[in-house]
Amino acid sequence: MKPLISCREAVRELWRYLDEELKAVDHERVEEHLDHCVHCCGELEFVRQMQKLLGSQQELDLPADVQQRLEGLIDELTHPGRSGK
Amino acid sequence: MGAMVEPHTTDQAAFDRVARTELRRLYSLARHLDRDAAEDLVQECLLRAFRSFDSLRDREAAGGWLRVILTNVWRDHLRKAARSPREVPIDDVADFSLFRTLIDEDPFPYSDSLHLDFLGAFSLEDVHAVLQRLPSRYRTPLVLRYVEGLPTKQIATVLEMPLGTVLSQLHRGRKLFECEMWRYAEHTGVLERASKPQSERAQEVGST
Repeated sequence: MKPLISCREAVRELWRYLDEELKAVDHERVEEHLDHCVHCCGELEFVRQMQKLLGSQQELDLPADVQQRLEGLIDELTHPGRSGK
Repeated sequence: MGAMVEPHTTDQAAFDRVARTELRRLYSLARHLDRDAAEDLVQECLLRAFRSFDSLRDREAAGGWLRVILTNVWRDHLRKAARSPREVPIDDVADFSLFRTLIDEDPFPYSDSLHLDFLGAFSLEDVHAVLQRLPSRYRTPLVLRYVEGLPTKQIATVLEMPLGTVLSQLHRGRKLFECEMWRYAEHTGVLERASKPQSERAQEVGST
């Protein structure tokens, strides 16, 4: 049986571990480390929270003037003959 | 935008509806990709989408389809800019851990939930600003993966890159994101704001 990887090695891979991007053997080694290291489990949860923070970024504000210009373009495309837009 | 448009779309009312419904989300994605060029990116996306709307078979998938077009516009924009690719050596950031930096620096000594308090101090606009600090080659896959929720294989397809390149840019991007979260917090007053007691913050809000 191989020795556990170090915290440093495990921490390098936490994002990839959560995203299941690691090869099976590497995934298993990170998992084994996490089974024995409370500290890295805390860091894993923190990475999960960072991912959630990024995921919450979906809808930023659309300023009214930009919206008006973009809707004007949609009007021009879909009603090319219409004037005053 | 000076591009000529051939209005050969047969279902203009459907395009009109889809484009208006998706406008906010499109603009939001464009802002993440490039804050300064966001409006231009959405305009170009709408022009391209209008030209090929007939080819969209599944109208239910129109939102995702528009966002893929927007990403293509962004990819082309990057290619035209032809900036020399600035690789950030992974060794410079590979061992950075925001989690551990927070423990070492202990910016909120009276907190018993240090890490959550730190993340909670970031508004949507703060996180957006952090993303904008990353070089576009690392920001793009990060935004597509975590903000848009695309699987890495699809990111590789959309960006026309080998999967290995996308994975490697994502890897660097994530670590850079952690570094920039810390730098941003240090330099923009996020730490000071968050370290004030709740009552003091409430007073500040009340006095404005």
